[in-house]
Amino acid sequence: MTHEEEDEHARDEQRCEAVLSIFKRGAEFTKQLLAENESLRKELREVHDRQNEAFQCPDRWEQLRQELKSRISTLEEENQRFREQLDDVERENHHFAERYLAIEEENNNLANLYVASYQLHSTLDAGEVLKVILEIVINLVGAETFAVYVYDDTANTLQPVASEGRLLEAFPTVPKGDGFVGESIERGEVMTREIASSDGETPVVCIPLQVEERPVGAIVIYSLLQQKPGFTPLDHELFTLLAGHAATAVFASQLHSQSKRRLTTIQGFIDLLTK
Amino acid sequence: MANQRILIVEDSPTMRQLLVFALKRMKNIDIVEAQDGMDGLRKVTSDDFDLALIDINMPVMDGLKLISLIRGDKNLEQMPICVITTEGASEDRERAMGLGADEYLTKPIQANKVLAVAKSLLKKENG
Repeated sequence: MTHEEEDEHARDEQRCEAVLSIFKRGAEFTKQLLAENESLRKELREVHDRQNEAFQCPDRWEQLRQELKSRISTLEEENQRFREQLDDVERENHHFAERYLAIEEENNNLANLYVASYQLHSTLDAGEVLKVILEIVINLVGAETFAVYVYDDTANTLQPVASEGRLLEAFPTVPKGDGFVGESIERGEVMTREIASSDGETPVVCIPLQVEERPVGAIVIYSLLQQKPGFTPLDHELFTLLAGHAATAVFASQLHSQSKRRLTTIQGFIDLLTK
Repeated sequence: MANQRILIVEDSPTMRQLLVFALKRMKNIDIVEAQDGMDGLRKVTSDDFDLALIDINMPVMDGLKLISLIRGDKNLEQMPICVITTEGASEDRERAMGLGADEYLTKPIQANKVLAVAKSLLKKENG
């Protein structure tokens, strides 16, 4: 026998073994099926016997009927209990979804408040502080026309120092206690008006800036961006935050620039004396 | 999986911080900040980004110029861009969309909207 013929023979043997193994598995499966079939036939016979027995004996029939009725009633109760549990779970899910949305909103609001307060206290430069206030009022509140005022305690008036939407000269100097803005400063309270009634010329919000009840300035908003129909609870929180934090930021920057000026004067004086 | 990279081009530190805060809530994200158009152009051409958020009004180089330069670059023409505008500036917004921006956000910015837009643009970029 040649080498190729030997190989061919070996391959044939392998094929035969594979076919035999398939047949064996088939035979085992058939056996299992027959056994299963036999067991089912037995069960069916038993059920038939029980039924026949019950038909022949009315008491037995009644007992079977009662057993089945009681089983149905137990299943119905179970079904009802599951339905109630499902309703509870659905209600809980709904409640969690609502809580999730509220927390999400609160999270966003806190982020806005954190950013506003972080930025306000990130500098001591007066110009930078005003820039930050403008950015917060534009980007977080969504105001279109507004001005930042600084309180002049010698003249008892509010002087506009930064603005958006109109030139600074367009905003009037406001005496303390005069009109909507002056009243807000005098009372030290954030005052708002209906936005719908605004013509863009009259202020809709005045945020007094105070440090320990001492007026530092005010932020006066005249109109909001088109997409902003009104104020949200977050806006009111931002107003409160600005009233406190913008005030301390402005006050600190004023003190800083005063101390810098004094330092320069003293340094000049020392230089003059030591020359 | 490598982190996705987002470039924020915005001159206002307040807005930048707010955008970073919102976007940081996504997983596997790296955020790079640029403070004006020129800075943004430098960063976008020297690194790979999956998304750029660009403000329109900026000093040195404005957002519109930056978008036109990005869309003119063969390597960057597919990068999703979202512009940040004020509602009143609808003309700027239309110009930005005409130049190839994919989405826009209007001020005042809301964190949930920023997240939704970023997620949808990053999904498009991956899809």
